[in-house]
Amino acid sequence: MAALAAVRRCRVLLHGAVKSSFRGSPSQPRSYSAGRLSVQERIERKRQAALVGGGQKRIDAQHGRGKLTARERVALLLDPDSFVEYDAFVEHRCSDFGMEADHNKFPGDSVVTGQGRINGRLVYVFSQDFTVFGGSLSGAHAQKICKIMDQAMLVGAPVIGLNDSGGARIQEGVESLAGYADIFLRNVMASGVVPQISLIMGPCAGGAVYSPALTDFTFMVKDTSYLFITGPDVVKSVTNEDVTQEELGGAKTHTAVSGVAHKAFENDIDALLNLREFFNFLPLSNKDPSPVTECHDPSDRLVPGLDTLVPLESTKAYDMLDVIHSIVDERDFFEIMPNYAKNIVVGFARMNGRTVGIVGNQPKVASGCLDINSSVKGARFVRFCDAFNVPIITFVDVPGFLPGTAQEYGGIIRHGAKLLYAFAEATVPKITIITRKAYGGAYDVMSSKHLRGDVNYAWPSAEVAVMGAKGAVQIIFRGKNNQADAEAEYVEKFANPFPAAVRGFVDDIVVPSTTRRRICRDLEVLATKKQTNPWKKHANVPLAGKKGRGRR
Amino acid sequence: MSEMFCFVFVCCIIVSRAQYSTVYDHNEKTFDKILIANRGEIACRVMKTCKKMGIKTVAVHSDVDANAVHVKMADEAVCVGPAPTSKSYLNMDAIMNAIRQTGAQAVHPGYGFLSENKEFAKRLAAEGVSFIGPDTHAIQAMGDKIESKLIAKAAKVNTIPGFDGVVKDADEAVRIANEIGYPVMIKASAGGGGKGMRIAWNDEETREGFRFSSQEAASSFGDDRLLIEKFIDNPRHIEIQVLADKHGNALWLNERECSIQRRNQKVVEEAPSTFLDPETRRAMGEQAVSLAKAVNYSSAGTVEFLVDSRKNFYFLEMNTRLQVEHPITECITGLDLVQQMIRIAKGFPLQHTQAEIPINGWAIESRVYAEDPYKSFGLPSIGRLSQYQEPLNLHNVRVDSGIEEGSDISIYYDPMISKLVTYGATRAEALKKMEDALDNYVIRGVTHNIPLLREIIVHPRFISGDISTKFLPEVYPEGFKGHQLTATGRKELLATAASLFVAAQLRAQKFLGDLRVSNTQQERRSWELCVELEKGVHMLGVSRSGFMTFILKVEIDGDKLEVSSDWNLASPLLTVTLNGIHRTLQCLSRNAAGEISLQYLGTTFKLRVLSKLAAALSVHMPEKVPEDTSSILRSPMPGTVVAVSVKAGDTVAEGQEICVIEAMKMQNSMTAAKTAKVRSVHCKPGETVGEGDLLVELE
Repeated sequence: MAALAAVRRCRVLLHGAVKSSFRGSPSQPRSYSAGRLSVQERIERKRQAALVGGGQKRIDAQHGRGKLTARERVALLLDPDSFVEYDAFVEHRCSDFGMEADHNKFPGDSVVTGQGRINGRLVYVFSQDFTVFGGSLSGAHAQKICKIMDQAMLVGAPVIGLNDSGGARIQEGVESLAGYADIFLRNVMASGVVPQISLIMGPCAGGAVYSPALTDFTFMVKDTSYLFITGPDVVKSVTNEDVTQEELGGAKTHTAVSGVAHKAFENDIDALLNLREFFNFLPLSNKDPSPVTECHDPSDRLVPGLDTLVPLESTKAYDMLDVIHSIVDERDFFEIMPNYAKNIVVGFARMNGRTVGIVGNQPKVASGCLDINSSVKGARFVRFCDAFNVPIITFVDVPGFLPGTAQEYGGIIRHGAKLLYAFAEATVPKITIITRKAYGGAYDVMSSKHLRGDVNYAWPSAEVAVMGAKGAVQIIFRGKNNQADAEAEYVEKFANPFPAAVRGFVDDIVVPSTTRRRICRDLEVLATKKQTNPWKKHANVPLAGKKGRGRR
Repeated sequence: MSEMFCFVFVCCIIVSRAQYSTVYDHNEKTFDKILIANRGEIACRVMKTCKKMGIKTVAVHSDVDANAVHVKMADEAVCVGPAPTSKSYLNMDAIMNAIRQTGAQAVHPGYGFLSENKEFAKRLAAEGVSFIGPDTHAIQAMGDKIESKLIAKAAKVNTIPGFDGVVKDADEAVRIANEIGYPVMIKASAGGGGKGMRIAWNDEETREGFRFSSQEAASSFGDDRLLIEKFIDNPRHIEIQVLADKHGNALWLNERECSIQRRNQKVVEEAPSTFLDPETRRAMGEQAVSLAKAVNYSSAGTVEFLVDSRKNFYFLEMNTRLQVEHPITECITGLDLVQQMIRIAKGFPLQHTQAEIPINGWAIESRVYAEDPYKSFGLPSIGRLSQYQEPLNLHNVRVDSGIEEGSDISIYYDPMISKLVTYGATRAEALKKMEDALDNYVIRGVTHNIPLLREIIVHPRFISGDISTKFLPEVYPEGFKGHQLTATGRKELLATAASLFVAAQLRAQKFLGDLRVSNTQQERRSWELCVELEKGVHMLGVSRSGFMTFILKVEIDGDKLEVSSDWNLASPLLTVTLNGIHRTLQCLSRNAAGEISLQYLGTTFKLRVLSKLAAALSVHMPEKVPEDTSSILRSPMPGTVVAVSVKAGDTVAEGQEICVIEAMKMQNSMTAAKTAKVRSVHCKPGETVGEGDLLVELE
């Protein structure tokens, strides 16, 4: 976690600039002498100073980069006049390298913290201020963040971090590093207690990246935000790779290739407005129920289009998003990781006003198979839902796990196990709809009855079997001649929902157009579901190992 | 006369409910089972009548149509082949098999496909199966352009003065042209439709036209005959519906005005025509009947005329089938044409006399297509109808369709979604109804031509009846650009968008049974909003009056509007009252970033609603540079690549053809937007491409 070349360069640049900016603006309310002013005036001056952060020049520079200031962001994110700021008077405590000078002290330091409301619901926020020392993290900065995180835990409210920071405050040395660790610890402690969201709105490099990585959701702003362990300069010097900031850690990289970020937005305003919308889906804490909003979409609405959606040929693709959009309230689906591991679709929606988590295999991409990346994507999402009382609705059309050396060497067994683990462990209401294929082990994994699925449905087009007809016949009737007849027999026996239905592994075979109505009713019934797992210190989810390359 | 008047009066009452006045006599012996050799709306249309008549129906379908509405509607269905029409709906062998297999006694061919195929009619006759249409003789006689004209002439039907046959040389062409009188139209006799047609206004142009057309006649068709005829400037296309039985009786069921066309395809039709007086109507009707009688026509048929500005009418051709636009005739006459066709095919005489054929009220038909009206008045579009709702909740609206929510509009077939027919006691009533019906028609998932239809029916020239087949190019010389907002319209749209935004904001705060929502926060009563529309930015004030959240007061540039609605955010239709005026808009999309797409008066407008703060801050947001499209050629629609005329490294001139995309039987030439070298070619002949797919990159 050593300080980084990119960050260091940034720091030096800023240092010079800060000085010149204040020389150039003598009217700034900063060069006062404490003794001559009453306390009241000092309070007022400090407050004013806190509001302008690093000063107008830096604010202009921030705007020039197409970015908003820390306070502008908070104002857009929260309901008007709801922000209650903490620690506006906190200053950094560094006395080395001339940092103790008055012009190097900024009330509030390089982060704005506090609480406020989003559509009337409580949220804790920190917003790093790039205009003050490039948003670098001082001990004081970290302390401010820790304070609101602690309070969020006490009252049970989500934490949103708006990240825009050059990295560690190099002048503070280990104090800055300690600050990071304090935050990391709180991220971990808060995990599963209150939802934590990171919105990366500028640079986030080095050790700083681990805080977003520990939070539940990481969003980015296109073209103006970066996340990386080491910047392009270090990459060049160590591995001789030529790579731009954008390629290395831009929004596209992290939302499509690495899977580090869950979604990217066009610009700051877009991102913040979307975050408000996203926030409405979330429960405030693990003690709160999944929120229910006023809903105009009738819960018993039939969806006639679903009756013809699944193609007659089982090899033909269709778009699982069509299924999801038409079933959920008002076609409103907030997809998580829409550009990563597209063979699985996950996201939030509402059913009769209540937030639900949706997981669906996507037949349109790689036939909807499960591979390393889609398993991990699905697992993380399912665990979030389970942690925060969000019912899970799973749409299954899965031909199995993706075969091949790339997958086996990458540890598909281990990674597939994560999804299996997540579904098995989950105690929230679980409703599963098999729309078509549910083959092999993947059938078990996808929230099957056997993993404590509460309500499992099959559409008439469902095929629940160990494998497709061709493969099965080649094994069962190895060496026999009448393969075509055998295949027909297999299809007749297994390529339908009956084998699962007669055993009670699906609760009913439903007409697709009635699916929405069924799910809404079931959720009402399951609202009082109570289920607990055996006591344990914590479970041992199969985590280890490197990940495979991203499916683009 | 008084007798007829009385009849009209009686019918009025019946037809005002847009129903057929004809009686379905279940004692009349008819077919037990009919096979409908067609798909889509017309197959459904025929089946509806069959069901009323108690006849069992057989559908044929291609494999991709296995779930289609017409298949579900039928009592039996037979798959006749794969998706391409040549292998399924035109596959006579397969259809003959389907007939044998199901024991259908008769076949209704609908329109298109095999409806005017004499070979098909012959094969049916050979197997003793009734063809619900005219006999092969009539199909053949009317199918040939020249022969049909000769027959028409002999039957004393006005034909366009002209000459058809071998023209020796240019001088003879000029002599003929002068006899006819300018302007004249010259083309190869064998060429269909308007293909290769040249207009000459003087001797010089006639010589040129002769040269081109005779060359084309020889090279393309191997048939030297040329057609030189009077060119009718600004013509109207008016057609007469006829009905004839096998006993020598024939009726004319009045006219249909079909002048609103694009690329020779009808878009909006109406019956009756505003242009015809009773004398002209009778003259046209009588000539149509005499033509039908001249070819011993039986069944329903249509005689098409061109009518010039002085009400001179000229025979164009006869369509020996049920026309697409037949519903408007049914609306004003009360006859069920399909029922009549079936009766006639079974050998019954006509039920009506000419005096019993009324014109009751007015009917308008809009052809709703899955196509983009902003590209040449309509380029095909495909997709899945993710949401689909016909405006059948309105009275006097008839929708003939063969699709439903969830259906696919594919590249294989005609992109027509439906025929939307409205009816009224007067034309104004029918037109108003059409406005409402178009506003209430929900089509999502494919691009559609409702913007164009909605504009046509409110255009002053259309309303006054001042139309011709050149209406569209004349009214929109630069191409169709959508509804142009008036100052009032703009305010209505802005106020609606702002109110919708506020309604959504208010609802976002409504958590049910949540005790943790703030009680100390003041409920908002007013909003200052900034709305962007067509590059203009408007500041709006929105306020709530009392506790009534459904009435909002909006202030725009000093004007005050009261906007009320139930603000149902789930409904695709948005019914608002703006200062007392009811409007039905459609909210096509709405997102967190404040972007709202509203369909207003048919056209989709994109708006962005932001709080004053967000709007003020948005000046800092970086401008995203859109892709330079002049060096990139993308497919404007889904289709098949027919030809690629360039390869990487070639230099192309601006406007030069790069490739040809075929979609729904239409070939579209893609041209270069600038003069440049070809960097790379991403398509090859035979390949299927989607809308927006990269075809060719220029340097």
